[in-house]
Amino acid sequence: MKLLPYIAKRLLYSIFVLLGLSILIFTLSRVIPGDPARLALGPMAPQWAVDQLREKLHLNDPLPIQYIIWLTNALRGDLGESIVSKRPVIEDVITFFPASFELVIFSTIISIALSVLIGAMAGRRANSLFDNLVRVFSYIGISVPTFVWAILFLFFFGYIWKMLPTLGQLSTEFTRPPFITGMMSIDALIVGDLGAFIDHFKHMILPSVTMSISRIAQDAKILRAGMIENLKKDYITSATSFGVPESRITFKYLMKPSIIPMVSIMGMEISGSMGGSFIIETIFNWPGFGRYGMWAMLNKDLNAIIASVMIVGAFFALINIVVDIIIAYLDPRIRMVERSA
Amino acid sequence: MNETRFRFLNEERKRELVKNWRKFSSNPLSIVGLISVLIVLFLAIFAPWVAPYPQSWGRWVDFNNVLKPPSWTNWMGTDNFGRDIMSRIFFGFRYDLMMAAAILVMVVPLGTILGLIAGYFSGTFIDTIIMRVTDVFLAIPSLVLALAICSLLEPSLFNSMMAVSVLWWPWYSRLSYGIAISLKNEYFVQASELIGASTPHILFREILPNCLSPIFTKMTLDVGWVILIGASLAFVGLGAQEPIPALGNMVSAGTKYMPDYWWMTIFPAIAIAFTILGFNLLGDGIRDLLAVEEV
Repeated sequence: MKLLPYIAKRLLYSIFVLLGLSILIFTLSRVIPGDPARLALGPMAPQWAVDQLREKLHLNDPLPIQYIIWLTNALRGDLGESIVSKRPVIEDVITFFPASFELVIFSTIISIALSVLIGAMAGRRANSLFDNLVRVFSYIGISVPTFVWAILFLFFFGYIWKMLPTLGQLSTEFTRPPFITGMMSIDALIVGDLGAFIDHFKHMILPSVTMSISRIAQDAKILRAGMIENLKKDYITSATSFGVPESRITFKYLMKPSIIPMVSIMGMEISGSMGGSFIIETIFNWPGFGRYGMWAMLNKDLNAIIASVMIVGAFFALINIVVDIIIAYLDPRIRMVERSA
Repeated sequence: MNETRFRFLNEERKRELVKNWRKFSSNPLSIVGLISVLIVLFLAIFAPWVAPYPQSWGRWVDFNNVLKPPSWTNWMGTDNFGRDIMSRIFFGFRYDLMMAAAILVMVVPLGTILGLIAGYFSGTFIDTIIMRVTDVFLAIPSLVLALAICSLLEPSLFNSMMAVSVLWWPWYSRLSYGIAISLKNEYFVQASELIGASTPHILFREILPNCLSPIFTKMTLDVGWVILIGASLAFVGLGAQEPIPALGNMVSAGTKYMPDYWWMTIFPAIAIAFTILGFNLLGDGIRDLLAVEEV
């Protein structure tokens, strides 16, 4: 099977899954007790206003019709209006999503760099002191919830040692760079505001490290296991006997096959980080998509809730396709075989 | 005669047990996990008797002892209502474990049966329907879906349990689906088909026993995950509500008092981490013991 038709097939399948997801979340949002129009207007609004809004939102139509109306609007880019921000949801998403994406990308870079380093060193020296420390760390890293890490970091780095800024994206003494890509570090670089870039970078450290801890733990564990497994292979023995330097064996011959299982869960992890951003951004007051989604959820902002679920779902699907392409590039054996689901 | 045979079987079983225990205990991490889980279980079950201030679990106010730091009388300090944090943590174990148990009891049979049916009838429309629905639930990080469902319902412990159950079963159907597909062409399944065994018999007596070890392993590991997601829900205010001392909302109640009254947050947070870590270590030990490849 060639790669291109495979990707096309995956895309098509993702669209069906996303349709299913939209049906699920849309139905849930309509069958819950409580009138969406009443929720939107608040308890003090007069009944005629509620009735008017019900008519406008097609809430008197049967559920399938409502869904089809919602879907046709959504496909045109109209996700309805948010109750809390009083703006079209799609505008909110465009404003807030890049900031989260920036955070997720940055934490992905951190976690790949650190987990490859830690995992490779531990795998190369199995059962050494360092290896055991890494194993304990990975258990703790996986087990401790992200919000606990967030609070611990806030406490130690923000309050006790006062090393890093804890809340928001930028200190008050800097002016916000104009909204070009929405990712503030890139925007600051485009305008050439180096001070704002550095300050923003410092703000990014705590939330993104929080986001990456469980991923580092997981990835390092998987990479370590793969390394130990592949170390027994004949080609490593022969490379060693030819006198190939150890660092070259580790990073060239051992790394490539061992890293594949780690890459294959990366799609899951990146979108997991996007999910984790709902809590992390709320704690660090990071004005991103996660904080927006959480805000919508706490205020029962139905349109925004549906939109945030759908956008995380679409992000998940896209990332997984990208990861599949990367794996096909890394591992020629998989390239031809269709991976299930 | 009968008695000797019985004794022989007993011996055999005992030897098996000892062997398994040796294998399990060869990894010190598994032992740590087992001990932590036992501690948590003990404290949860006997919370009213071992907690130094059992009245602290619910609506209780003691304004003389508000926000006291850890001391000999209150080992982990007191919260903003003067309630003893340690006692509340013990009761918190109760709620978190109860939540995990209730969710798994609902989710495991449902998911497993659906997966078995889909796997056994693979290639038919039953398979398509069940597994495509499964894919929908797995198309999004579970935390986001749990948050969304909880936010649509009224926030409460019960509703957060419902929300997690709704999205957790697909993992079990995917697991048993894979096993059922790989087994349905084995000789023992084909043989029972030939002699005319009923479909329920094949599903539950022939295929299901082969799924039990991976399912059991996954359940142990999942206790930790379910507690984690439940704590996250409670933390953001979409799960258990005051005055219920679930560990997640104890942490979130403490964050408002954070740098100065750190004990309100740090101790429940450590308790959550301890519980999840214990179940993860135990689950990994069981996975090695039962030689389950992947869960």
